[in-house]
Amino acid sequence: MRAERLISTVLRVGVIASLTTILLGTVIAFVHHPEYVTSPRQLVHLSRPSDNSFPHTLRDVLTGLLSLRGQAIVVLGLLMLIATPVARVAVSILLFLEEGDLTYVAITSTVLGLLLLSFFVGSAG
Amino acid sequence: MSVAAGLLGSLLGLGGGIIVVPALTLWFHIDIRYAIGASIVSVIATSCGAAVSYVRERLANIRVAMVLELATTAGALTGAFLAGRLGVRWLFLIFGVVMAYSSILMFRRRDQDVTRAPRRAPWADRLRLHSSYIDQESGEEILYRVSRTRVGLVLMYVAGVVSGLLGIGSGALKVPAMDIAMGLPMKVSSATSNFMIGVTAAASAGVYFARGDIDPFVAGPVAVGVLFGAVLGSRLLHRLSNSAVRLTFVLVLLWVSGQMLLRGIRG
Repeated sequence: MRAERLISTVLRVGVIASLTTILLGTVIAFVHHPEYVTSPRQLVHLSRPSDNSFPHTLRDVLTGLLSLRGQAIVVLGLLMLIATPVARVAVSILLFLEEGDLTYVAITSTVLGLLLLSFFVGSAG
Repeated sequence: MSVAAGLLGSLLGLGGGIIVVPALTLWFHIDIRYAIGASIVSVIATSCGAAVSYVRERLANIRVAMVLELATTAGALTGAFLAGRLGVRWLFLIFGVVMAYSSILMFRRRDQDVTRAPRRAPWADRLRLHSSYIDQESGEEILYRVSRTRVGLVLMYVAGVVSGLLGIGSGALKVPAMDIAMGLPMKVSSATSNFMIGVTAAASAGVYFARGDIDPFVAGPVAVGVLFGAVLGSRLLHRLSNSAVRLTFVLVLLWVSGQMLLRGIRG
């Protein structure tokens, strides 16, 4: 069926794109900081909450991307992964609309609305 | 480790978070905050990685997933509001008991398959939820009917609240709800749950990201490993029988409920 194939494609594109971005970012981070490979202690240091230096706002990610920082690219990949299910819901709205299945257009739109609302609540709280 | 988590997670319709969190904290001594952040990402990775094939093979029921996602996202929002206002300890105790009970229920009906007396299902009829899947084991097309949609919706709302509160995908609650209450075949329950948990987890992932709980150097490698595991797991599910999947699920469910009870007792 066409609908299934399209949803499946959306998911696959999301997965492959985020995977490549994460891997690319990791490689760049290691190239910039070769000491991560030689000393595991440096790497352990990165996973401690004390130094909360990795990007976690959209603006941080953007400035990091502009200066080609590996960390920011990894985060971009992770964000692409998070966005994939949202894109899947959005695409299914269009599919149900095309089938003329209004009940499901309403159901799916409500799901998307709740999802976006949760992002809003998240960034406010 | 991440590959194993993704494999098991995609096979059973769980997020794999139940494996990622203890493994990261116990073996790699990573802070629990980052472990949970990485686990949320791994839930999405499992879901997307496996759903690619489940949707194409029509093992996941998209209509059922959409209807139930109404309840889970609404639940997740409620959970986010309630977070911090409820004793987490009691939550762990309650869900430990609920999961132990549903694992016993599922174990009892381990040998029954789709055969079940058809019951009247006006909601499922109206929403056209009934469907079929091709069983690759036997090559037959297996028709199944969905029933008790409203019960399923209520259970999914609860599952959504739990994932909003505890930051888990809560596939461990979704699969029994579809398998026991709504009468979906086990493999379809697992595949559909897998398809759904991505959306539930995406709802909480935004919150965790804004809080700075998603560390690229912890979550990045975990996501990559889980993705590979999920793709492998989704290939495997087609070849297994419903009862084999159910039995594995029961074992994992018992383990999870034990862990939850322990955390509840320790406080």
